[in-house]
Amino acid sequence: MAITFKEVTYTYSPGTPFEFQALKNISTKIEDNSVTAVIGHTGSGKSTFLQHLNALLKPTGGTVMIGNTTITSETSNKNLKPLRKKVGIVFQFPENQLFAETVEKDIAFGPENFGSTAEEASKIAKEMITLVGLPESVLSRSPFELSGGQMRRVAIAGVLAMHPEVLVLDEPTAGLDPGGRREIMQLFGDLQKKQKFTIVLVTHQMEDVANYADHVIVMEHGKIVKEGSPRAVFANVEWLHEKQLDVPASTEFAFEMQKRGFQFTRLPLTESELADDIADFFKKRGQTHE
Amino acid sequence: MNKILFGRYIPLDSFVHRMDPRSKLILSFLYVIVIFFANNWWIYLLMAVVAFVSILASKINFKLFVDGVMPLLWIIAFTMVIQILFGTGGQTYWHWGIFSITSVGILNAAYIFVRFTLIILISTLLTLSTSPIQISDALESLLMPLRKIHFPVYEVALMLSIALRFVPSLMDETETIMNAQRARGVDFGTGNIIQRLKKIIPILIPLFVSAFNRAEDLATAMEARGYRGGAGRTKYRLLKWETRDTLATLVYSLMAIGVFALRLL
Ligand SMILES: Nc1ncnc2c1ncn2[C@@H]1O[C@H](COP(=O)(O)OP(=O)(O)OP(=O)(O)O)[C@@H](O)[C@H]1O
Ligand SMILES: [Mg+2]
Repeated sequence: MAITFKEVTYTYSPGTPFEFQALKNISTKIEDNSVTAVIGHTGSGKSTFLQHLNALLKPTGGTVMIGNTTITSETSNKNLKPLRKKVGIVFQFPENQLFAETVEKDIAFGPENFGSTAEEASKIAKEMITLVGLPESVLSRSPFELSGGQMRRVAIAGVLAMHPEVLVLDEPTAGLDPGGRREIMQLFGDLQKKQKFTIVLVTHQMEDVANYADHVIVMEHGKIVKEGSPRAVFANVEWLHEKQLDVPASTEFAFEMQKRGFQFTRLPLTESELADDIADFFKKRGQTHE
Repeated sequence: MNKILFGRYIPLDSFVHRMDPRSKLILSFLYVIVIFFANNWWIYLLMAVVAFVSILASKINFKLFVDGVMPLLWIIAFTMVIQILFGTGGQTYWHWGIFSITSVGILNAAYIFVRFTLIILISTLLTLSTSPIQISDALESLLMPLRKIHFPVYEVALMLSIALRFVPSLMDETETIMNAQRARGVDFGTGNIIQRLKKIIPILIPLFVSAFNRAEDLATAMEARGYRGGAGRTKYRLLKWETRDTLATLVYSLMAIGVFALRLL
């Protein structure tokens, strides 16, 4: 399902002294079956942008087209439920939304709200817990006894359980250990390939952007200041540094080498690209010296 | 959630903002007490003038005060209706069983309307121009004499300032949790009473859990920084009574005297 933003603005608390325009004239398109990464400085409006993807926030100005549904400031809050089933959001620190006595009931909460029977929902819960890499024995425990990382996985399972067509993730790996981070990202990557769905994620991990995203949106002060493929966006290392943003470690390394006279045809994004480039260089040099 | 303005501090630089919070607190109390002695329109006029001058001196947009009165309009209206229907005396216009509409009833209802509005205006002025932390500092200082009878003044002031500090945080958090549950298919605002009550559980439990966690973190952080309440603790923010406080007290005292003089009319 594609989502299109047309000149969207969003103002928090309009008409009060706390009025704050968090989105300014945003126009972009999230393609069907794509992985879009949203990056930007803290407070640049990423979470605000994400909440427009399933009409949790409605634009103050402009329109958002979610599939065939058009959302404007006048859209009524009724009848948004089908939309919420299609677009699942995993919030920043989703472990704060857990509430049920058992993990199983918590995961089953979403499907039951969308009309699954209790048995169906508990079957889904079993599938999902394995999917996010936790043992089935966790299902009968209280979510509040789990570690932070395990809670995160349960919360993600709770959203995956609704079988959304679009999965929206707000910093899904923040605060996880490196192993957990890789596993969770791998999980989303695999799901996306297998089930063909659309992913939009906010992340500060540029490696994840390089490895998984097809499209990158760079936000600053509530505006989109750049968008394009990871290769196009990461090509301008200095510009990103100016915006207080990183590039993947391999790109940074190559950029430093380039300053010292090393030639790259294009800046590598991943370790394996970087290794290839360096290996190529030595191969060529080996040939000329012989 | 963000529409709830009551109790939100508006930081500005004005005569009222710079006043000692103790004098603001005392004068607001004085105002509220004195208004209950009002018995004719001249008194209300005098008190309204004082309220408006105070509001002007705070430089806060008048619209915010209107917003403060609006949510309470129902309560005012309800009290007025009661007063009109049950008040007796003067000329009777309409009568049915225990209900009657009389000239005195209508007059009293009008008084109540003005009285309520003025009280809300003056207390809104206090909360809009004084930060919660200042209010609790002022209370602590004013309650000090109660230590003689072993009232835990420091502890109560600390509890109060922590509670006030966390109101906005908890409101923001409620909003986030509600959004997260909405995203999982909860439709707040539909269904019968029982269904609606059930939908509160997925909000309340995470809210309680996080409030408890927060409380624990806060306690640990305070202990780690060597907090020890009670006597001997010095203050970062010192309260100081200045000329402007004396001036304001003078104005309000004159108003009080004026009110008692006008009562004799
Ligand atoms: N409920 C709110 N009321 C008023 N302003 C808000 C509210 N929520 C966010 N803002 C403001 O809107 C701006 C964008 O916030 P947002 O949460 O979208 O940032 P973000 O890019 O997700 O940041 P982070 O990386 O820290 O999560 C911030 O400046 C923030 O202060
Ligand atoms: Mg955010």
